[in-house]
Amino acid sequence: MQRKVFFWYLSGFLAVAMAWTSAGAQDLKSFEQRITTKVLPNGLTLVVCERPEAPVFSFSTFIDTGDVNDPSGQSGLAHMFEHLAFKGTSQIGTTDYTAEKAALEKVEAANNAYETEYLKAVGRDEKKLAALKAAVKQAETEAHQYVVPNQFTDVAERNGATGVNAYTALDETVYFWSMPENRLELWAWLESGRLSDAVPREFYKERDVVMEERRMRTDSSPQGRLVEQFLATAYVAHNYGRSSIGWPSEVGQITATEAMDFHKKFYVGSNIVVAVVGDVKASEALPLLEKYFSRVPAGPKPEEMTTVEPKQFAEKTVVVREATQPMYLEGYHRPDYRDPDNAVYDAISDILSNGRVSRLYRSLVRDKQIAVEVAGFSPFPGDKYPGLYCFFAVPAQDHTTTEIRDAIHAEIERLKSADVSDEELAMFKTRTRADLLRGLADNQGLANTLAQYQTRYGDWRELFRELDKVDKVTKSDVRRVANQVFQSSNRTSAWVETVAPAATAQKDGGAQ
Amino acid sequence: MKSAMVKSFLGISLAIAVLLAPSGLSAQQNKPWEQIPTPKLHEFKPQQPRRIALKNGIVLFLQEDHELPFVSGSVLIPGGSRDEDAAKTGLVELYGQAWRTSGTAKMNGDALDDLLEAKAAHIETGGGEDSTSVSWDSLKGDADQVFSLALDLLLHPKFSAEKLALAQQQMAAGIVRRNDDEGEIAERESAKLVYGPNSPYTRQPELATIGTVTVKDFEAWHQRTIGSKLIVSVDGDFDPVAMEAKLRAAFEGLPPVKAEPARHESFPGPKPGVDFIDKQDVNQSNIEIVGLGTDRHNPDVPTLSVMNEILGGGFASRLFQKVRTEQGLAYAVSGGMGFDYDHPAAFQVMVLTKSASTVDATRSALAEIGGLTSKPFTQEELTRAKDNILNSFLFRYDTREKVLAERVRLEFYGYPANYLETYRASLEKVTVDGLNAAARKYIHPDKLAVLVVGNGPEIKPSLDELKLGPVTPVDITIPMPGQKPGAGEKK
Repeated sequence: MQRKVFFWYLSGFLAVAMAWTSAGAQDLKSFEQRITTKVLPNGLTLVVCERPEAPVFSFSTFIDTGDVNDPSGQSGLAHMFEHLAFKGTSQIGTTDYTAEKAALEKVEAANNAYETEYLKAVGRDEKKLAALKAAVKQAETEAHQYVVPNQFTDVAERNGATGVNAYTALDETVYFWSMPENRLELWAWLESGRLSDAVPREFYKERDVVMEERRMRTDSSPQGRLVEQFLATAYVAHNYGRSSIGWPSEVGQITATEAMDFHKKFYVGSNIVVAVVGDVKASEALPLLEKYFSRVPAGPKPEEMTTVEPKQFAEKTVVVREATQPMYLEGYHRPDYRDPDNAVYDAISDILSNGRVSRLYRSLVRDKQIAVEVAGFSPFPGDKYPGLYCFFAVPAQDHTTTEIRDAIHAEIERLKSADVSDEELAMFKTRTRADLLRGLADNQGLANTLAQYQTRYGDWRELFRELDKVDKVTKSDVRRVANQVFQSSNRTSAWVETVAPAATAQKDGGAQ
Repeated sequence: MKSAMVKSFLGISLAIAVLLAPSGLSAQQNKPWEQIPTPKLHEFKPQQPRRIALKNGIVLFLQEDHELPFVSGSVLIPGGSRDEDAAKTGLVELYGQAWRTSGTAKMNGDALDDLLEAKAAHIETGGGEDSTSVSWDSLKGDADQVFSLALDLLLHPKFSAEKLALAQQQMAAGIVRRNDDEGEIAERESAKLVYGPNSPYTRQPELATIGTVTVKDFEAWHQRTIGSKLIVSVDGDFDPVAMEAKLRAAFEGLPPVKAEPARHESFPGPKPGVDFIDKQDVNQSNIEIVGLGTDRHNPDVPTLSVMNEILGGGFASRLFQKVRTEQGLAYAVSGGMGFDYDHPAAFQVMVLTKSASTVDATRSALAEIGGLTSKPFTQEELTRAKDNILNSFLFRYDTREKVLAERVRLEFYGYPANYLETYRASLEKVTVDGLNAAARKYIHPDKLAVLVVGNGPEIKPSLDELKLGPVTPVDITIPMPGQKPGAGEKK
């Protein structure tokens, strides 16, 4: 079947759940009875939600650190560490950790020698470089003899783990899977192990894997290329403008030492929330989880990144000329998730682009027939720091990005100059409640949401309280916020202009 | 908190399971995790939906679930794109879109949108390879109204020329964009290698074929399919007695269902060799190694499923261990023998690697495929694969929604209701000898085709180095109106 053009890259990933206040069994009170939280002496927060529908559980380990925290020159580091977290510990994945540790130190020394030569601006000796490279390979081979490859994930999978994965966003790093409930203790051992006892095993091979991930997601994807250029243009100071998977020359040079330093600084109890949802009893589970997760080192909450994006005063545009069909993207700076108007932005997105009743669909797709897909959404690329309110559209055949831009701007003007209708506002509130309620019946989704809210607000209950803010949004709020944020001087737009293949420059994202 | 830019650890991995005995495993002194007790799993009997066969042949499934105040349902209708006229390829997809957007005589699609969205309810239609469907969901309080609207749409659509044109425009945009993303190209073109470019499973909609579709075609399609064996399923927060009465009232009066004619299809499989599609705006190759798979009626499927786990399943699979972990050549690598319910799926292994390592990665993947017959399976591999599959088997039925979906699927394809149980029992019986025999029977590296989509000038060494015969370029030019459909097929 023909696949639709989905802009999956920008679409929401984290299901946000809230409750239907009138829906008896699913309100804050019922969750109060089913959820237990505990802050351990090391600062780590545990959230346990009892949902015994089937003998399974899901967890979400939420680290309040993402690629926005990568030090300068080391973009992609948080993600690189995430990959390392699947490589095992001093107790799993090795035949003899003492010997392996010594061998890994030799790998690091060999790699340092190689990189020192490689990065010499003047007088690099190619022959010496080749010899140093061979020495790195040799050291890696020696270390490899102690490795039991993928043993960490193997033990998880053999014990029924499903959906074993993790993701690194700009704001956070999240590890998750689901398992039969009788493996809770095994999971606690595995999970607390990789949080507290990471080992730089097979690091440089894994760096190659991450470079392949970059080629797949960014270099070889028209949307990936457009988004990377768009963000790099929209931000001048804040790390939201930096490639989240990492610039090739940076992620390609990250060392195991840097990754371990990053781990030491950010993987401390106060920076971690672990949520478990499913067939678990808090009274039985908590003592067990406390026993294992107490292994995570205590440490002060790492300092937040303090860079503030200066107010944009110049409109910016990016044109990507390449042999792909046109796409259009624009964004306006908006405040972070703690802003009192946060729910107003959600109202704007709902009214502009939720479904076939939305203003953008009806105008650009149904009536003008100039686009086949159009969306308004925020915040992007993250929510913890001030992100962007974005519009994305795919023009219909033989229609231009200029037509798209003008039609989007016309809808923005409408939002700024006249109130939305009572029906539109009521629909937003109804759909928000219902959609969020729907999210409560899934262990994994609920675990991720609870961990996220516990991290962002210090209390998972905000999940339910947020609904009050949604209810308070007024028509004048929508108009006020639209006028505030949708200003041409606050805009960055990026589009693809189709040119014949011959004129396309070759891309080289690979540093190796 | 709705949008986030994320990178996941596993990307595309579809698969299933495990690999080589880790080197030095025996040398490992102590395995602390093995000291951790595994208590008995809490008792669990998944709730089966109630099945009601109406006299006219229509089948109803009712699955109660009172956790949340929602009711949802669907009607599955046999007949899909593989049954459409080749000259009108794309008809069923257009139908699936325009059915809902057109609406009924009582209420057109736009009015339906307004009414439903205000209630946070949905009614959708869809067109797939072997079926079309109408589905709905709403809050409990709106369930009766939403059901009657869905029923009206199911039985009395009023197709609109305007909405057909809108659907055609949407689909045309997809057609002209279909060569932008290399993953999409690789998936589409490798399937064409397996089934042939004109097969009902792979022929592609063109601007010319979708342009011929009319409202009359929609009406004829509806007429042709609505009398077949419908499968109606509902789940959620409803009263079972009232729901049964309501469904009986809606469906009992329909005429007896018409039997589907038997399918007569042949599946020759791909022509061995290397095919290449040049795409110069990428720096990574998409490699697809494909052959013919099998269908789930085949009694060897449980064994093949264990073999898949060993070849390309999870983190410990041979492909993952070799190509990703050991060689660092790929982020995305997976694959195995595919099984469909009523026709052979494809055997498919995919690897994404930087242009320069295309030949190395292809060789590695081919070696692992060949290794299925030359590197005998070990007891260790078998045990691991079985552990993986059986210990996570629970997740096939851990929600009532999944149980219902499985029962509908089995009913649709004519499999017994206890299929999962017998399948599980067969998985438990798989042996090393069985694996080796299945590999000899089904794995024929000389019958596989290799498709590479990538940046020609960057691929060094070149694909000739694979020494699998001449490299055949594939022309994927999109035919524009005026050209004959199919003019852009493989030369």
